Amino acid sequence: MIVIASVLVVVMLAAAVAALIFRDLLSAVIASCVVSLIASLLFFFLQAPDVAMAEASIGAALVTAVFVIALRRTNRYEE
Amino acid sequence: MRAVVGIILLAVVAVGIGLALAEVPFGAPKTEVGGYYLEHGREETGAANAVTSVVVGYRAFDTLGEVTVLFVAALGLGAVLTAAGAKTGRRDVQPASLVLRSGAKLLFPLIILFGVYVFAHGHLTPGGGFQGGAVIASAFLLLYLGDRNRRISKARRTATESLSGIAFVVIGLLGLSVGGHYLMNFMPKGTLNTLLSAGIIPLIYVAIGFKVGAELAGVIDDLVKETA
Amino acid sequence: MSFLSDYAYYIGAFGLVLIGLLVVLSKHNLIKVIIGLSIFDTGINLFLVSVGYLRKGTAPIFSRPGMDAGGMVDPVPQALVLTAIVIGVAVLALALGLAVRLYREYGTLDLRKMRELKW
Repeated sequence: MIVIASVLVVVMLAAAVAALIFRDLLSAVIASCVVSLIASLLFFFLQAPDVAMAEASIGAALVTAVFVIALRRTNRYEE
Repeated sequence: MRAVVGIILLAVVAVGIGLALAEVPFGAPKTEVGGYYLEHGREETGAANAVTSVVVGYRAFDTLGEVTVLFVAALGLGAVLTAAGAKTGRRDVQPASLVLRSGAKLLFPLIILFGVYVFAHGHLTPGGGFQGGAVIASAFLLLYLGDRNRRISKARRTATESLSGIAFVVIGLLGLSVGGHYLMNFMPKGTLNTLLSAGIIPLIYVAIGFKVGAELAGVIDDLVKETA
Repeated sequence: MSFLSDYAYYIGAFGLVLIGLLVVLSKHNLIKVIIGLSIFDTGINLFLVSVGYLRKGTAPIFSRPGMDAGGMVDPVPQALVLTAIVIGVAVLALALGLAVRLYREYGTLDLRKMRELKW
C-alpha cells in the first residue's frame, strides 16, 4: 500500500512540475487537474472519504471547468 | 535581483516547513479534542458520520461562516463580470454532436438525483452538503456542454439560493428560541443509522446542498455568459 | 523503507507547496499564477489531512451501531479541510473573474505590463 502511495506521490509531483513548465495554458490547467485527482486518491488512502469526495468533485471537476471557460476569453498561450 | 530574492524566500520557506514537519510524527495520536468528538459524538449529535457531527453539530457556526464566504465570492464574481461592455449576444457556434446532446439531456436528472442522495445521506455515509452541491453544479455544467446557448432561468436559481440560505439561518434562530444557544440541536435524535435521525443535521445539509449547488451553477453561468 | 512509510505523504505535501510557491513567484502570466495558487492550496490541504492520520486507523464513520471509537483517525482535520477546499474554489473563481475583466481592460495578461493603476 505504501509503495502505491509513493508512486502516486512521484506522479503528482511530476504533474505539478509539468504545470510549472508548460507554456500552453490549456496543458497547464490539465496538469493541475491531474494533481487534484491524485490528491483525491491520497486523501482516500489517508482514511478520509469525505475529503476525497469533496476534492474530486470540487477540485478536479469544477475548478478545471472554470479555468477552461476563463481561458476561452483570454490568451491560450503564455506571453 | 528579483530572482535572488525569490530563491532566498523559497529557501527560508522550505527550511521552515521542513523543520516543522520533522517535529510532527506521522501516525501518532496527537490531539484530545478529536478523541472527545469520536467518543461522545454519537450521543450528543446522533450522526453516524463523525466528520458530519463535527462540521454541522459541534462547529455549525464555522459552517455558517463558510457558506457566507462562498456567497460573497459568487456575489463578487457576478458584480465584476456583468459590468459595462459585457457581450451578451449569441455567437454562431457549431452545435454539439448528437451523442453529447442526447446524453446530456438523459443524464441531467440522474446526476441531480445522485447529488440529492449524497447530501440527504450526509449524516450516515461519506458525503454531505458541499459534495452534493458540487455534483448538482456539474450536472448544470453538462447541460451547458450539450447546448451552448442554453441558459438556466436566473430568477429560479437566485430564488433557490436565497431561500436555502435563509432556511439555514432560520433553523439556527429556531434553535435559539427553543433552547439556549444559536443552532442548538432541538429536534429528536432518533435511532442511529436511520435516515430520520440526528436532529437538525439533515435539514441543514439539505439547505447547504441546494445553496451550494445553485451558487456554483451561478458562477458557471456568469462565466459562460461572459465568454459567449 | 521505513523512511518512505513515515514520510511519503509529507514529502508530497511539501513538494506541492514549494512548487506552487515557485509558480507564483516566477511566472508573469496571471492565469499561470492562479494555477500556482491552486496547487499550493492542494498541498496545504494534503498536509492537514496527513497530520490527522493514525497508524492502522479506519475512517471515522460508525457504519454499524456499537463500533469501537478507539482505532479511528482524527475527524477534526478532515472537517477543517472540507471548509478549506470550498473556500479555495470560491477564491479561485473570483480570481479568474477578475483575470477575465483585466484582460478586457488591458488587452494582455502579462503582469509586468499592468504596472499603472489608472483612476
